[in-house]
Amino acid sequence: MTEQIDAGMVARQVAESDELGEPVPGRREVGAARRRKEDARLVTGRTRWTDNIQLPGMLHVAFVRSPMAHARITRVDVSAARRLPGVVAAFSGRDLAAEQGGLPCAWPVTEDMVLPDHPPMAVEEVRYPGEAVACVVATDRYLASDALEAVEVDYEPLPAVLDMTRALAPDSPRVHPEGNRAFVWKFAAGDADAAFRDAPVVVERTFVQQRLIPTAMEPRAVVAQTDGDSFTLYSATQIPHVLRVMLAITTGIPEHKLRVIAPDVGGGFGSKLQVTAEEVLALLLTRRLGRPVKWTESRSEGNLTVHHGRDQLQRVSLAAGADGRLRGLKVDLLADMGAYLMLVTPGVPLLGAFMYNGIYKMDAYDFTCTGVFTTKMPTDAYRGAGRPEATFAIERLMDELAAELGLDPVEVRRRNWIAREEFPYATIAGLTYDSGDYAAATDRALELFGYDALRAEQAARRERGDPVQLGIGVSTFTEMCGLAPSRVLGSLSYGAGGWEHASVRMLPTGKVEVVTGSSPHGQGHETAWSQIVADALGVPFEDVAVAHGDTGVSHKGMDTYGSRSLVVGGMAVLRACDKVREKARQIAAHLLEAAADDLEFTEGSFRVRGTGAARTIQEVALATFAAHDLPDGVEPSLDSDATYDPDNFSYPHGTHLCAVEVDTETGATKIRSYVAVDDVGRVVNPTIVTGQVHGGLAQGIGQALFEEAVYDADGNLLTTTMADYLIPSAADLPEFVTDRTETPATTNPLGVKGVGEAGTIASTPAVVNAVVDALRPRGVTDVPMPCTPQRVWRAIQEAAG
Amino acid sequence: MIPPAFDYVRPSSLPEALAALAEAGEDAKVLCGGQSLLPLLRLRLAYPSVLVDVGRLPELHGVREEGGHVRIGAATTHDEVLRSPVVRAGCPLLPLATATVADPAVRHRGTLGGSLAHADPAGDLPAVAVALDMEFVVASAAGERAVPAGEFFVDYLETALRPAEILVAVRVPRLGDGWGFHYEKFHLTAQAWAVVGVAAAVRPGGAGGDRRVEEARVGLTNMGPTPVRAGGVERAVRGAPLPGAGAGGSPGGAGDGVRDAAALADEGTSPPGDLHATPEYRRHLARVLTRRALLAAAA
Repeated sequence: MTEQIDAGMVARQVAESDELGEPVPGRREVGAARRRKEDARLVTGRTRWTDNIQLPGMLHVAFVRSPMAHARITRVDVSAARRLPGVVAAFSGRDLAAEQGGLPCAWPVTEDMVLPDHPPMAVEEVRYPGEAVACVVATDRYLASDALEAVEVDYEPLPAVLDMTRALAPDSPRVHPEGNRAFVWKFAAGDADAAFRDAPVVVERTFVQQRLIPTAMEPRAVVAQTDGDSFTLYSATQIPHVLRVMLAITTGIPEHKLRVIAPDVGGGFGSKLQVTAEEVLALLLTRRLGRPVKWTESRSEGNLTVHHGRDQLQRVSLAAGADGRLRGLKVDLLADMGAYLMLVTPGVPLLGAFMYNGIYKMDAYDFTCTGVFTTKMPTDAYRGAGRPEATFAIERLMDELAAELGLDPVEVRRRNWIAREEFPYATIAGLTYDSGDYAAATDRALELFGYDALRAEQAARRERGDPVQLGIGVSTFTEMCGLAPSRVLGSLSYGAGGWEHASVRMLPTGKVEVVTGSSPHGQGHETAWSQIVADALGVPFEDVAVAHGDTGVSHKGMDTYGSRSLVVGGMAVLRACDKVREKARQIAAHLLEAAADDLEFTEGSFRVRGTGAARTIQEVALATFAAHDLPDGVEPSLDSDATYDPDNFSYPHGTHLCAVEVDTETGATKIRSYVAVDDVGRVVNPTIVTGQVHGGLAQGIGQALFEEAVYDADGNLLTTTMADYLIPSAADLPEFVTDRTETPATTNPLGVKGVGEAGTIASTPAVVNAVVDALRPRGVTDVPMPCTPQRVWRAIQEAAG
Repeated sequence: MIPPAFDYVRPSSLPEALAALAEAGEDAKVLCGGQSLLPLLRLRLAYPSVLVDVGRLPELHGVREEGGHVRIGAATTHDEVLRSPVVRAGCPLLPLATATVADPAVRHRGTLGGSLAHADPAGDLPAVAVALDMEFVVASAAGERAVPAGEFFVDYLETALRPAEILVAVRVPRLGDGWGFHYEKFHLTAQAWAVVGVAAAVRPGGAGGDRRVEEARVGLTNMGPTPVRAGGVERAVRGAPLPGAGAGGSPGGAGDGVRDAAALADEGTSPPGDLHATPEYRRHLARVLTRRALLAAAA
């Protein structure tokens, strides 16, 4: 009964079912729900993933990884492994010590930050379970894996350091000789002590942002290759450009001799915003052995050694007046760095520092973050990076404040949020929010949700003591994304800028090639960029091709993370298009024997005002190619580059409402309904935006209800498989109701805002607020994440005394 | 996720398979759908020298009525169980539980026999086997023998199967008329293992306001190293009043007797503690879920 699935047929059907065909004259592409150009090839596998790459003579590397959280390496013997069939080489960390350098951290957040050496392969000591201590290179992956068992490693155990609070005690065992405190970073605005003094209401809470494991569908994979002089590294990475610079610095391979290629990449969520040990080691191995070397992680290997996310302890307090108006906020954060500082590890909690005030007005704000070393996998960027943590804290506090005052949680927010007419608004955290309309998004969400009816049902269930209680959670969020103005990054000591680059080339036949410095890993850049270009140059959507992810093709870029691609990279594309159009205008004017100022550009044609004379941009492109009759001093080219550096961050916002049914007998939580009304400004492609919101919600709900990386008392990671580390599937999630309000950004010409992280940032507090709301009459005021059935049941038991 | 090296044989008849297994000795493993064994191999938690693939043996296929039993070949996939009219009519509890096993992909590969012989107490089907008193038909070079469910599950991942034996089929006794069935599975995600599961069969008697439990069978998933038959519940629930048909299990009133009986569900069990549940929480769940399963089966 098995039907043979023909990938070609599927691809054809997908393509033909699309409305990719006929251009509609006069219709703007920006705003159209175009199907994604890239999907037919992605979903049929007719594309190139790193693990699909097969090169002649390719070898496979496998890593021996530490089974201990913390230990001194007393002996590594790879000699037996070297003798096994198919094994070409085997190395210990000591074998590579002289040339392996250290993995980089690009964000020294304070001048006195402790920045320990981070060898790609451990030499003296292992500091987290899964750290590589040796490798075997063999002619196939199976032989390499088998040979790992022949490598002998002796360890002298050292104490694991697991709990952040205890790690800071003076008598704690140390992860590094310099101590466990990596840095202390502070921010203060207004007089917080005054705000808290005599405040009628102070709400104080401690929240745990549990450790998460980013679970991209495509595992990490690397292929390194050399011709003896120059090197090519294929990697499932979000950041081919950043990686190239960093690898050149780390390995000593000159930048111009190193090409980095991110082929199609199957998801990242920040986990592929990294310079990994395996990338460095693959390059070193190919340099040593002269043959291509491939590594693809297994899911268990990934759970151990993909950088983890979140893991913060938040001690927060909020001071308010009796009317619920906020006075001040204090945040004292412990952030678990793990064993080392990786690419942006210390900066992640600071990306949240400017977001704890959320959409609210207040007089004072105090923020302290202490980075703490533990013997765990380093943490780093994970979807939202700092902003979900901040949003969770403030949105949980707002619900607690409402409960404290006996006010509706929506009403408390309404009394505190920035009003539409107050934009641009300088926040207490020092940012300037350009635009927003929190009331509009909230009103729309309440309407779609049926807020009053659900509150009535909640009351009825409470009244009759229904074992299944209803809870309603509110989250009115904003976030700062579109990373980032270079001068701001500089002021935060980040090691690079936040600009983006694009090239636009008009070909002789009028088709357009775009080279973008953004590096998509599932977002749909090819489609969105085509829509922008189609409008800017008056060409059909189908006539645009987008190249990305290969430093040999796209020499300059800052890549994709922090919801930056559209609001930074898209603007670079738009600017490059503007330059191309102005070049074309000069040539068209010459051909039409008119002044350039007399030309208008509509629907792809330059027209002389008041006459019928016109040239299409395609005609101009061909004339430019021929170059027979160009104006004096004009080069025969319709190509342009642009590098765009934003003036400000992007501030999407929205209101998310969640209703849960909590089975008080078992503790099980079921999401009954979820409404997300997001305001991401103008929208280039509503289908892509909705997809981003859906995926973001799934990940935010994952943190609220399902996901947690667990280390045991000895420091072993217990959640190494997907049977232990639970992520929700479609079957575990409700039908999402999504809608948008549209308050255009004032900081870019398209009026767009970032959307990649919004759903994740907004949803976690909405869900947890709903769970707590369901149980509040029973005396429950918090449930630690993830709110698993057992945790909910225990919270009920504890509240009952 | 790379398994260690092993040999693989795919015999074409049961006698050949038994010979291959006997020859390979103790380090051999029987492979059928592979949904439990292959993950163990990929995680290098098992190092068998030989895999004897019994998936295509004709003797292990087929579902038929046989006297008072339904005989189901060990290599019958979960999906075939779900689609079999004979199974649905003769032992409806089995498809109810089978429908909750993992996801469609797994159910198309995984087999009833494989799942039972793997004897993972977190699997859904062992509890059904003990609740229904299935009989395990086991073959060796010496011939066939029958093992009752109560004796088949010996310990965690351990059964009464001897090294050179193959599970050929199970015989499921038909319970007769008037029984209702329910499998109550508590799991954290749709595809996850059961934290606790309860397989219940109830024969109600009486009518209207005087419905009572005449007889019940209860099997528990993941409440110990082997599936558990909740004998105490079965005895205590006899005669317990039931809510009127269709009224469900609202607390208070009719159903109290069932609640009291279900409170015995964790008696004599030794539930495991793991990442997702402590033994104490499992005991609590067993009591709640047993009540729900009994009431749902009786409804």
